[in-house]
Amino acid sequence: MRRLAALGGVGSAAGLLSALFGVGGGIVIVPALIARGWQAHRATATSLAAIGATAVFGTVRYAFDDLVVWRDALLIGLPAVVGVVVGTALAARVRGPHLQLAFACVMVVVAGRLAW
Amino acid sequence: MSHVALALALGLAGGTLAGLFGVGGGIVFVPALTLGLGLSQLSAEATSLAAIVPVVAVGSFRQHRSGLVDWNSAGIIGACSLVGVLAGAEIALNVPETALRRAFAVFLVLVAVQMALRATRQMRAVEA
Repeated sequence: MRRLAALGGVGSAAGLLSALFGVGGGIVIVPALIARGWQAHRATATSLAAIGATAVFGTVRYAFDDLVVWRDALLIGLPAVVGVVVGTALAARVRGPHLQLAFACVMVVVAGRLAW
Repeated sequence: MSHVALALALGLAGGTLAGLFGVGGGIVFVPALTLGLGLSQLSAEATSLAAIVPVVAVGSFRQHRSGLVDWNSAGIIGACSLVGVLAGAEIALNVPETALRRAFAVFLVLVAVQMALRATRQMRAVEA
């Protein structure tokens, strides 16, 4: 029962963040599961599966208000599938702390562009 | 570059970055859709969610084959996310566009800080 409540809480929080910002919500789910003693790999895989439902719910919700640009979603989503496979394969070889720092800086610059 | 070519390039690059850095696709897709393709923040978020679906479907299938997915827990988390999704959408639909864009920018900075902290921890671990 406590497990059900905990997972339900994680799901609701992830859903809120997901719909509010157009992201999957893994950033909430993965750390929450790890904090509950899950192994990182299992937490990431399970989070991914849960996000499938979250993203579908969000898409359907926004489709009611006619906000989904389907053509762009396909044009971005389909090549992204290939990209993720390539990126994940590359990660083991090239992802070091320096590259992560560089990417973090890029994110801050993008955030600045969005804020102004 | 035509809109279609630009969108395809952004999708490929966004997916690669997401896989490379272990962040979700959405955090890359939303800025790509607003700054790259000129969508409004709200429309970019809605479209990003739709673009995440194929990425997550393929990702989950691969993870499922590795036997790493706890489907029971994923089902509970996923089902309960509906409550949050409805609440989150209600907020996003009712705040001004600029406020939503700025809130997303803050969220982006928080994710960047988290990544930078992890990176510095790794650097220290290497030195030690």
